[in-house]
Amino acid sequence: MTSTNPTSVARTSSVTARPSGFLGDLMSIAGRALRAIPREPEAILPALFIPTFFFVVYLGSLQDITERNVPGLDFKAFQLPVAIIFAVTGVSRASSLVTDIQTGYFDRLLLTPTRRLPLLLGLMVADFVLVCSLCVPVLMIGFGVGVRFETGLLGVLVFILMGGLWGLAFTGFPYAIALKTGNPAAVNSSFLLFFPFAFLTSSMVPLDAMTGWLRWVARLNPITYLLEGMRSLIVDGWDAEALGKAFGAIGAVAVLAVGMALLALRGRLKQG
Amino acid sequence: MESAITAQRLERSFGDVLAVRGVDLAVAAGEIYGFLGPNGAGKSTVVKMLTTLLRPTAGSASVLGMDVVGDAGRIRLQIGVALQDASLDQRQTGREILYLQGRLYGLHKHEIAERIDQLSSLIDMEAIDRRIGEYSGGMERRLDLAASLIHNPRVLFLDEPTTGLDPQSRMFVWEQVRAINRELGTTIFLTTQYLEEADELAGRVGIISGGAIVAEGTPEDLKRSVGADLILITVEGDSEAAVTAIREVPGVASVDVHGDEVTVAVNDGAASVSPVAVALDAGGVRVTELTLRTPTLDDVFLDVTGERIETDR
Repeated sequence: MTSTNPTSVARTSSVTARPSGFLGDLMSIAGRALRAIPREPEAILPALFIPTFFFVVYLGSLQDITERNVPGLDFKAFQLPVAIIFAVTGVSRASSLVTDIQTGYFDRLLLTPTRRLPLLLGLMVADFVLVCSLCVPVLMIGFGVGVRFETGLLGVLVFILMGGLWGLAFTGFPYAIALKTGNPAAVNSSFLLFFPFAFLTSSMVPLDAMTGWLRWVARLNPITYLLEGMRSLIVDGWDAEALGKAFGAIGAVAVLAVGMALLALRGRLKQG
Repeated sequence: MESAITAQRLERSFGDVLAVRGVDLAVAAGEIYGFLGPNGAGKSTVVKMLTTLLRPTAGSASVLGMDVVGDAGRIRLQIGVALQDASLDQRQTGREILYLQGRLYGLHKHEIAERIDQLSSLIDMEAIDRRIGEYSGGMERRLDLAASLIHNPRVLFLDEPTTGLDPQSRMFVWEQVRAINRELGTTIFLTTQYLEEADELAGRVGIISGGAIVAEGTPEDLKRSVGADLILITVEGDSEAAVTAIREVPGVASVDVHGDEVTVAVNDGAASVSPVAVALDAGGVRVTELTLRTPTLDDVFLDVTGERIETDR
């Protein structure tokens, strides 16, 4: 307990509150989320371990057989975008948001004059920075095993941007669940969404080599187009059509997922 | 005097449950208003409505003349709120909490630093760069109060600010609340389940039970409404026999029974205690305890609700 003069807290001050503006609110919320990231390494390490593990295992087990059966295929280049998708899909601050809701800190933020949208978008800004950062070590592993980009350094940056934007778009799902339920178990179960997105697609073999229902489903899966766009940067050079489809797929998922998150935010605010 | 907080027929329901029913309030600018009631009485729900966190389902309320629904954004700029549970992010340091809070109120960095300096007696400055997870409950509560004051609010809402605190920390918070009100003229709306807290701090007290205000006034007026003095008698056996024996004793204003406890309101305790004891003896009532004291807010609560307040300690 402090032993200072208890009356000294009541000192007159000319400081008065004022709206901090949308950008100010956004940066403040994002700054807090970014500060928290290195304090929770346990939340990041799986996002690095899982793609590395699958990348190494897939190369070890499937490279020879796939390259023998698909002439001209560079399996390492083929798999690197998959590793990126594994690294960035589902990485979000949604669990922290649930903690904020449960502890009442979210209410504390709502009691400030901050606009409501930055409370969600600020977290997403932090997510974007994080998932772009997660792309870097995975890329380094790819470079380490000999993957090279036909599109050069700019292609690498676009590759990271695509990974980051995909990760950002997908965060809408866990945020929607977090805001709708306020339940950590429900947020954790949002990881299940990852499986159909990540495996019912051309993650293992090229789309042309797929048959039957899986090929049909893969054609509907936005990740198929994202992977093809990312692979084109490595293998083909600048392919406007492939990149257009990839960004279109990201946009479609973003509209759906972030739209759901915004609706969930509105619903939570309306509960009040 | 200008009203800082008003409410007219304020109601809030959750599904079929009416948590707050028809609350009317008029808190003057510069006043400390105590909202007293047990857990579940509706205190926090009223605070959440007045602080724009919860929309009323009926009625209306305003803070500093601004409607809690229509002018919510403007109200938030003018009020400070410390909710019941110190709601601080355990992963941030004290300084980070205060800076974020300040930034969300549009304060510049140098203004936040100035306010942290001004609030330094409230904050444990040695721990300000430690994460909240390492703070004790008392330290957290005081930092929570500092965060609610960072922008110099004109109205301060404190929802059970001392629940769970040790007596020393409680006294410290009381001193701060008095100082903020006295020296800055800040209007303070304080909810509490502690009778002595309402008695010590509040200029006026509203007693809430079952979502409705059942009594309101200065602590002195409320206590006076129960009687000048109280004789509390614990009896063995039939309490009604005690009531019958005492009722006609000169100077007895009222007699109430709650279980085996008989509460006798008298105008002059010193003069009445002997005749009451004699009357009980004459009536054959077996008394196990007899106490004379002045009324407390607990007696007021008992008088208006028929129950004593049970508190979390």
